[in-house]
Amino acid sequence: MDPVAAKYIGAGIAAIGMGAAAIGVGNIFGNFLLGALRNPSAADAQFGRAFIGAALAEGLGIFAFLVAILLLFVV
Amino acid sequence: MATPGKAIDPIHQFEVTPIIPIRIGGLDISFTNASLWMIVVLLASLGLMVYGTRKKSLVPDRLQAAAEMTYEFVASTVRGSAGREGMKFFPFVFSLFLFVLFSNMAGLIPGSFTVTSQIVVTFTFALLVILTVIIYGVVRHGTHFLHLFVPSGVSPALLWFVTLIEVISFLSRPISLSVRLFANMLAGHITLKVFGGFVTMLLGAGAFAALAPLPLLGVIAIYALELLVAVLQAYVFAILTCVYLNDAIHPGH
Repeated sequence: MDPVAAKYIGAGIAAIGMGAAAIGVGNIFGNFLLGALRNPSAADAQFGRAFIGAALAEGLGIFAFLVAILLLFVV
Repeated sequence: MATPGKAIDPIHQFEVTPIIPIRIGGLDISFTNASLWMIVVLLASLGLMVYGTRKKSLVPDRLQAAAEMTYEFVASTVRGSAGREGMKFFPFVFSLFLFVLFSNMAGLIPGSFTVTSQIVVTFTFALLVILTVIIYGVVRHGTHFLHLFVPSGVSPALLWFVTLIEVISFLSRPISLSVRLFANMLAGHITLKVFGGFVTMLLGAGAFAALAPLPLLGVIAIYALELLVAVLQAYVFAILTCVYLNDAIHPGH
């Protein structure tokens, strides 16, 4: 296979990981909202934790993005 | 480099170019557009806090209210996630938050330079945070700091594996902390530029020029999203700093 084509295909495959991170972040905020609507008085105190969880889940998607960027511009 | 009127290079906006070239020995310490925007960011954040609170009136005006709300917001974040003892790190977290927030915001001004879209800047911040955590943790707790990696209440058979995971997660913190901010800024600005490129490409494509307002609406929508991301990433950076500092203050969960 042409190495340049392989590079772009690899970057495309790496981008799938960001979709997986999107599922994770969606899960966190969906469940946060679910809990918040059941008990709105407790929601504000857990707001920060929801964001910490989202940031951690997003971090792994960011690694996938990093792999794609490295393939496109560095390798 | 993109020449005007030709294909649009979305990476061009991240190029660091010297404004006043300075060379000392073999060292290039030129005054670049990055330095210029760092000074702008510094002056803006100083302006908000110093000029905004100059009157110290009981009923605050708009600028003073903004300064007080930012202060209270970060203070409650630090208190909530790092405890009372964490408040000694409040100036550190607040400076980081203000700098990141203002760089993200200044980066959204068309034609400006986003300081936080450079991995070297964000990685320096992340390194500063992690070194603070390690040095404070070791000085304050000595070898007890290592309990951070050995959680209590885990069955002995699994303990080595959990410890391994904890060590890896600790080592990946500076990477994820810096790359999250950098990648969010980079990706957002590239998307804006690509959609802006669609507008000019459609305008130059004869009858298709009628479609040009569509990507323009896209640019506006993404710009609104980027405003949210700019504030959100500054908040995430600050709260993760607090969480990591909390590990140094209270290791061993």
